[in-house]
Order: sequence, then structure tokens, then C-alpha cells
Amino acid sequence: MTATDTHRSIDAVWRIESPRLIASLTRMVRDVGLAEDFAQDALVAALQQWPAAGIPDNPGAWLMATAKRRAIDHFRRNTVFDRKHEELGRELEKKERTVPDFAAALDDNFGDDLLRLVFISCHPVLTTEARVALTLRLIGGLTTEEIARAFLVPEATIAQRIVRSKRTLSGKRIPFEVPRGAELSVRLPSVLEVIYLIFNEGYSATTGDDWMRPALCEDALRLGRILAELAPQEPEVHGLVALMEIQASRAKARTGPSGEPILLFEQSRALWDQLLIRRGLAELARAENLGPAPGPYVLQAQIAACHARTRTPEETDWPRIVALYGQLAQITPSPIVELNRAVAISMASGPAAGLELVDALAAERSLENYHLLPSVRGDLLKKLSRFHEARAEFERAASLTRNARERHLLLARAQSCATASAPPHPR
Amino acid sequence: MRYMMIVKHAEKQELPPKALMDAIDKMGQDATKAGTMLGGGGLAPTALGARVRLSGGKVTATDGPFTEAKEVIGGYAQFEFKSKEDAVQSAVQFMELHKKHWPGWEGETEVRQMYGPGEFPPTA
Repeated sequence: MTATDTHRSIDAVWRIESPRLIASLTRMVRDVGLAEDFAQDALVAALQQWPAAGIPDNPGAWLMATAKRRAIDHFRRNTVFDRKHEELGRELEKKERTVPDFAAALDDNFGDDLLRLVFISCHPVLTTEARVALTLRLIGGLTTEEIARAFLVPEATIAQRIVRSKRTLSGKRIPFEVPRGAELSVRLPSVLEVIYLIFNEGYSATTGDDWMRPALCEDALRLGRILAELAPQEPEVHGLVALMEIQASRAKARTGPSGEPILLFEQSRALWDQLLIRRGLAELARAENLGPAPGPYVLQAQIAACHARTRTPEETDWPRIVALYGQLAQITPSPIVELNRAVAISMASGPAAGLELVDALAAERSLENYHLLPSVRGDLLKKLSRFHEARAEFERAASLTRNARERHLLLARAQSCATASAPPHPR
Repeated sequence: MRYMMIVKHAEKQELPPKALMDAIDKMGQDATKAGTMLGGGGLAPTALGARVRLSGGKVTATDGPFTEAKEVIGGYAQFEFKSKEDAVQSAVQFMELHKKHWPGWEGETEVRQMYGPGEFPPTA
């Protein structure tokens, strides 16, 4: 193996092992920043020693042992200044002596440790952006550079965000217990929000030319799947995973050969990934089995499943989708849910019915700059042969979107309205 | 990126040691918990299977066992990994389990990237 080969293998080991490593260390040292530092120390040691000595049989255990030694040294050095550190140091040493099998020590508390880390990195005391960055870093195993590239911000910005969030967590003395029962259910929405945010960033980029950044979708899916195993009794977790699996199943069908976006009803369903659809429907079944009253993610997953189950757009069960949006509007009312409900109503009962609802949303301040409002309105007007008005709406929508490919699509639809409303050529 | 791991070995008559089966189970559970494993399974002995071959313009079905074969497929798994290196590393750890729990066992895990819907091999 060449040096580069070994380095790439070490990267791979790090990606697989680092979340468990940091999670275990966080439990031991009760500080996320320190935990990451010790984990990084272990990585540096691996980069120095493994190229010559080879990758150990159990790389996770090697990293854990090395990180723990660093932690013990650190606390020993700091005992002069801090009683608490002295205690921690002694505690660690004691554990070191009584648990010589590091592999077992790693596995013992892994589920709890990781759950703890998830809830810490998604703590509501942090800003959403900070939560996203910290989660991708600590649990996703992404480098600062990778996170920066995915979110199109400078690396320094992400680095700062992570540093500041660790400081906030230390400063606010966030408790390190794993939330359970009622407390877990209360804290869960902030975790789900972070994961879905990451997924959406990958699924529909709002700036830049790429319509999708698939890697982020995979990261979000992986985080969701991890959470589903850690908190299997929570239906909304399974709902979120189901929603993401089903949405991701359309990845290959969503863009055309020149990168142009293709709307759901025009997609080739042969390109929908059946493995992901099967997994999504299975997750949805798990969610539905856990409780009769579906939450927002389960409802959205049920809506996505309506599309996923049908072979052709014509077979879509629109009345069911209308009913599901009705339920969603009850528990999480929002103009965006209303807009989606309007689209579903237009499909179930005709464009005029849908337009009524959309017109009612015209005054919504929060939708002022939302390009999908005029886009939907344009679509309905076009179906009602009101081409002149439709064109104006598509042009307005095009001016509001920051995604270049979407803008192109909207302008093309405006153009088709102009053509449709043009007087026929004289024979 | 989606990968398939295909485990191949000489078809043995004895069952693998329980310690190995337990360790493989656990590795599978861990990978599922880590969100990387999408599915997979072990394959029953070739005696219970069949082969259907197209050759010389003829399709022939033959029942197992296939004792003349040097290697048979023992099992497979599908994963979602960030890179080929991650996939290889996972396969290495899988093989290390065999080394530890079934001394003398030899075999190979082939690591292959899977095509998504609509994907085709690059043309030359």
C-alpha cells in the first residue's frame, strides 16, 4: 500500500469511527470541544504511526485507547488548576484499569453515547446554522471544508461557527444526560429540524447553478437512519426517514440531460429508485404502527408515499392527498401547506377550485418573495387558458427564484404562454 | 454511493463457528445503526440452488450442488458509502472477523459500486 493509499484508508476509518469515538469521549469528559480535541489527537497519532506499522486489526479500539490516554494526560496536567479535572482524570484512570478490553468499552454505551451527542449538537440554545454545522461535523464525520463546500460558505465561517457553538455549550453548562421519555419527545423536533434542513439543502439548492447536492441528502439520510435505530419508539423519526427515503428515490429523475429540473408529474418513474421507495414505505409502516395520530413528518411521508406507490401520474390518489394536506394544515398551519393543498385540490377538483385558494394566499406577506406562489398561480391560469395572466405570473416567479436552472424553466413556461396566446397565423 | 459486497469462498460442508455468526450479526447491526447498510443476506448451500446457463445458443438449467466450482457466493450486502475507500475498509473489517473467529478460512469479498436507476457504464 502506498502512503496515499494508507492515508485514504485512514480517512475512511475516521469517517466510520469518529462519531462513536467522539460520542464515548463526550460521555467521559463531559465537554464536546475537549472530546473532539482528544479524538483529533488520536487521528494525528494514527496518521503518524499507521503508514509504517499498518492499519491495526481493530482501528476503532486503537483510536479510543489513544484518545483516552491523551485525555488522562490532559487532566493530570490540569489538576493544579482545577479540582474537577483532577476528579475526571482519576475517574478515567480507574476505568482504564478496570476495562482493559477497549472494544467492549466502546460498544457498551454506544447507543446512549451517540444519542447524547445528537441531542447536544442539536441543542436549541445554538442557532440553527450552528446546529447543522456541529451535527454534520460530529455525527456526520464531515470535515470543515466539506461542510463549507456543501453550504457554499467560506471554510473559515464554518470553523468559527463550530468553535463558537462548542464554547456556547461549555459556557451554558448543558447537562450531559441522555434525554428520555417525555423529555426526549420534547427535544426531538429540534433534532429532526436539523436533519431535514440538511436534506433539503441537498435536495433543492436555492443559490448557485446546481439543482441538487446529492451528498448532503445521503448525509441527512444516514443521520436519520442512525436516529431511527437510537429512538425506535418515536414515530416522527420514522416519518422523517420515510419522507427522505421517498424524496431521495426521485433523485435520478429530477434533472434532465442538460441539468434542467423536471417536475414530479413529468418524471420518468422508471428512474425512481425502488430500493429507496421500499425502504421508505417500510419506515412509514413502522411509524404508523407506533401511533394513531400522525405528526407532521408522518403526514408528509404519507403524501410522498401516495406518489411513490403509483406507476403513472394519472393513477395518483388526489382526494387522499387533499385529505392529508387538510390534516397537515390542522397541526402545522402555514401558507406553504395551504399552497400545496391548493395544488392538490386543483388536481382533485379542477384548476378553478385550486385558484380560489391560491388567490386567498395572494395577501400573505410571508409568501411575498416565494417563487412557487406565482409559479403555481401561473400553472392554474394556464390550465384555464388565461394565457396572458399566466405569462405574467411565470415571469414574476422567474424573477424571484435564485436558482438559475429553475429560472430558465419558468421563463420557458412564460414563453409557451406567449406562444399559446398568439393569434394563429393567417392561412 | 451504493456498493455491493459479494463474499466468495470454497463451499465448505461445516457450519461457521457461532462466534463468527454472532460477530457478523453485530457488525450488520452496527452498520444499520450507522445508517450505512441498506440490506443483504447469506446464501443457502448450492445444493439447494440451481444454475441457468445460456451458451452455444442453448439455455440449460442445472440443479446444485456445484462441487466442481472452486468458489461459490456465500452472501452479499448493500451499503451506502462516501467512497470506495470506505467500502474497502468495511470489507477489510469483515474479513478480519473471519480471520479472528474461523482460523484457516479463506475467501474473498468483492466490492462493486452499484449503478443507480438510469445509470450505464461509461462508453470507451
